[in-house]
Amino acid sequence: MAETNGHSQANGQHVVGTRTVRPDGVDKVTGRARFGADFNLPGQLIGRVLRSPHPHARIVSIDTSKAEALPGVKAVITRADFADQPSEFIPAGEMMMNYKDVVRNVLAREKVLYEGHAVAAVAATSTAIARRALKLIEVKYETLPHVIDVVEAMRPDAPLLHDDLFTVGVEPKPERPSNIAKRVEIKQGDVEAGFKTADIIVEREFKTAPVHQGYIEPHAALATFSEDGSTELWTTTQGHYIVRAHCARLLGLDIGKVRVTATEIGGGFGGKTVVYLEPLAIALSRKAKRPVKMVMSREEVFKASGPTSGATVRVKLGATKSGKFVAAFAELKYQAGAFQGSPVQPGTMCAYAPYDIEHVHVIGYDVVSNRPKVAAYRAPGAPISEYAVESVVDEIAKKLDIDPIDLRMQNAAHEGTKAAYGPKFGPIGLEETLNAIRKTEHWNAPLRKWQGRGVASGFWFNIGGETCVSLTVNEDGTVSLMAGTPDIGGLRASLAAVAADELGVPYDKVRPIIGDTGSLGFNFLTGGSRSAFSGSMAIVEAAKQIKADLCARAGKLWEAKPDQVEFSEGHVRPLGALAEKVKPMSVADFAKVAGKTGGPIGGVGRINAQGAGPSFGTHLVDLEVDPETGRTTILRYTVAQDAGRALHPAYVEGQYQGGAVQGIGWALNEEYVYGADGKLQNAGFLDYRMPVASDVPMIDAILVEVANPKHPYGVRGVGETPIVPPLGAIANAMEAATGIRFTELPMSPPKVLKALKDKGLSKV
Amino acid sequence: MARVVLIGNLAQLTGGVTEFQLAASTVKQLFEQLGALHPEIRRHLEDGVAVAIDGQIYQDSLLEPIAPDSEVFLLPQIAGGAMLP
Repeated sequence: MAETNGHSQANGQHVVGTRTVRPDGVDKVTGRARFGADFNLPGQLIGRVLRSPHPHARIVSIDTSKAEALPGVKAVITRADFADQPSEFIPAGEMMMNYKDVVRNVLAREKVLYEGHAVAAVAATSTAIARRALKLIEVKYETLPHVIDVVEAMRPDAPLLHDDLFTVGVEPKPERPSNIAKRVEIKQGDVEAGFKTADIIVEREFKTAPVHQGYIEPHAALATFSEDGSTELWTTTQGHYIVRAHCARLLGLDIGKVRVTATEIGGGFGGKTVVYLEPLAIALSRKAKRPVKMVMSREEVFKASGPTSGATVRVKLGATKSGKFVAAFAELKYQAGAFQGSPVQPGTMCAYAPYDIEHVHVIGYDVVSNRPKVAAYRAPGAPISEYAVESVVDEIAKKLDIDPIDLRMQNAAHEGTKAAYGPKFGPIGLEETLNAIRKTEHWNAPLRKWQGRGVASGFWFNIGGETCVSLTVNEDGTVSLMAGTPDIGGLRASLAAVAADELGVPYDKVRPIIGDTGSLGFNFLTGGSRSAFSGSMAIVEAAKQIKADLCARAGKLWEAKPDQVEFSEGHVRPLGALAEKVKPMSVADFAKVAGKTGGPIGGVGRINAQGAGPSFGTHLVDLEVDPETGRTTILRYTVAQDAGRALHPAYVEGQYQGGAVQGIGWALNEEYVYGADGKLQNAGFLDYRMPVASDVPMIDAILVEVANPKHPYGVRGVGETPIVPPLGAIANAMEAATGIRFTELPMSPPKVLKALKDKGLSKV
Repeated sequence: MARVVLIGNLAQLTGGVTEFQLAASTVKQLFEQLGALHPEIRRHLEDGVAVAIDGQIYQDSLLEPIAPDSEVFLLPQIAGGAMLP
C-alpha cells in the first residue's frame, strides 16, 4: 500500500486549522451537558465530610457512635477505614505518589494539619441528616501551635508538622526534622565569576500569595460499590485513570474492578488532578451498600483543595552595559501546604528558561506549613519564579535605557541555546513572539498619566505521555472517536479535526466522546499541556491502521497488488492501469461493505507520546491606576504565543485569553487571607476576588506558529504558558504607571494605595 | 560514547560527579550503566527522571535510542499538571 498525505479532505481543504463548531457546544449552552454534580443513581445516599476547625492539632479520639445511631445515617468512616500506607514514592499510573501523605490528606490520621482537613465522613438518606450526623461526631483534639508563612515555617523553632520530615537534598543529612522537605538546585557555569563581569546587577526579593485555580465547578463524586468488589465512579476530574489508580490503592481494590467515568468538567487548571472525595465516596458506598454522592461546597473547595504555592523569591541578575545577561541567581521558597510536594522544582528550571545565560544558579526549597496541600495550577511553579525574573529584567532595561523588547530579544533563547536547565533547545518561538508584539499597534499606542505599559515573556516545557484513543467507522460511514483524557479546553474539537483530515471524512461526521476507564487502555491525565498534543499523535496512529486495513481490503476486492492501491484524500485509490478498471472507494463506501470484507473497521492508537515542544509567549498589557482608591484597571491586553500549529485556532486563542485572565487575578487581587488563628478568612468568591468579565478588556491573541518537528502536525501544548507572563507584565506596567516597583503580589487596591501614599503620590 | 550530564540533585547520588561518558545505545542501557557505577542513583532512575537526548526531552521511554555522539541530560521528571497531591 502506498500512503500519501492523508491530511486533507477530498476537496483538498483541511479541517485542521479552521474554526469548526465545537462538538460539545450545543449541550453546554443548552444545559444538557452533565457535570459532576448532575449524576444520580437510584437509592443514592448523600455524603458529607467533617472537617477540622483547627489549623494544627493532634487527634486524641474520634467517637462516631452517636452519629451512627442517628436514623437515616447509613455509614460513617474515619481513619480506621483506610489502611495506612508506607512512606515511599510509588509509581501510580505515570505519577510518583507518596501514599503515606495521600491517605492522610484524604482523611486525617494522627493530626489535622490545616483548617478544613477531612476528619470523618458520613452517608445518610438526606443532606439534612448528614449534616446533623456530622455534629454528633465527637472529636477530641489537642491543639498545637501552627505556622502559615513559608519563611516562618523554615525557622528552626517553627511548629513542626511532621516528626519524620528530614530535608532531602542537603549534605550532611540533617539530624533533626524540619518543615523543609527538600532543597533542589540547578546550576551551570560559575555564577560568582559571571557576576564579576557584570556592569549592572539588580537584586530583589519578591513575595507571591497562594492562589486557587478557581474552577467554577466544585469537586463532586458519585460512587457505587457492588458486593462482588466491582466499583463504578463518576467524578469531575482531569484524569479518571489516575483517580482509578489512587482509589484502588487507597482502598485495596483491583484496578480492573474500578470503572471511572469522567463527567463534563467545569474547569480544573491542574486542581482536579488529585483525589479528595472519590475514595471517601467509594468507602462510604462499600460500608452502606448503597450509592453515595458527594459534592463540595465552595467553602470546602477553598479550604480543603489545593491552591498553588505562595512563595518568597530572591532574584539576582547581572548584565553588561550593552544589555547582555551574564549571570543569574535565584532562591525560591515555595509553600507546599500540609504535605511535601510544591512545584518548586519546575520553578527552578523555568526561572531563566527564556534567556541565553552562561552562568545560572537557582536554589529551591519545598516547605510545608498549616495550609491545604497545594495542587497543580497551570504551569506549576513557573509563574512565580518567572514573575520575579521578568520584573528584574524590566528594571535592568530601564536602568540601561534599553527598550524592554530589545533587551529580551538580545538575550532570548533560540534554537541551539543551552537552556538554563541543561539541554539545548530545538526550534522554539520566543523571538517570534517578541517580534509579533513589537509589530502590534498596541505597542506604540499613546498612554496618559497614571497609565502604564508592561511586557513580559514566559516559558513552559509541555509534556507528552501515555495516550490511547480509538476510531471506529460506523455502518453509515460516520466515525466514532473515543479519547481517554477529559476535554477541558477543546480536545474533542481538535481531535475530531485531525481524524477528519486523516480519514478524509467531513468534520461533522466525526463524533468525539470521552471514554471511561473500561473502554480504552491507560491514559495519563489532562495536564502538562499534553492532551491535544498527545491525543492528535494517537489519532494519526489509529487512522494509519484504518487506512492500511482499507487498502488491504481494496487490494482483495480489486485483486490488486499492494503497490497498486493508495490512500489519499479520503479514498483508497487504484493506481496505474488498475485505475482504468475500478473506481476509488471512500471510507463511507467501505463502511457499507465492512461486514462482507472482514468485519468492523477501526483503529486504536496506543502511544507514549514523546517530542513535546516547549512553548514561549510574550504578553503586553496597558493598565491605569486610580490614585484615589489604588484600584487598577486593565485597559488593553495582547498575547503572542507559539502554538507550533493551532489545530483549532479559536480554542487556542481561548487558552491564551484564559491564562491571561487568571494571571490578571493572580497579579492584582487573588490571595488566601489567614487570621492569627490560622483560619482562612476569605473562603468564598465574594471575598476571594477573581476577575469577572467586566474586569477585563477583550484580550487580543496572536497565534505564532513555529512548527514542532516532532509532531506530525507541528503541534505544541498551549494551555499552560499563557499564565506565566501576566504577573511580570502587569507588575512592569504598574511600575510604568506609578514609578513604584511592586515586589509583592497581589497588587491589590489597599497595597497600591499605601504605596502611593508612602511616595506622596496619593492625596487621599 | 555519549556524554551524560546530571542536572539538579542527582549528582548528590554520584559523589558530586555530574558528567559521564557512557557507551549506551538506549536509555535503558544508560540507566543500567549509571546504576552499576553508582547504586544509590538506581532508585531515582527507576522512580522517574526525564532524559534529554540531543535537546529533545523524553519521559518514561526506556527504549529511546542514544547515538554514540549524543549529549544526554538527566533532569527531574516534568510532571506538568500532575503534581503530588
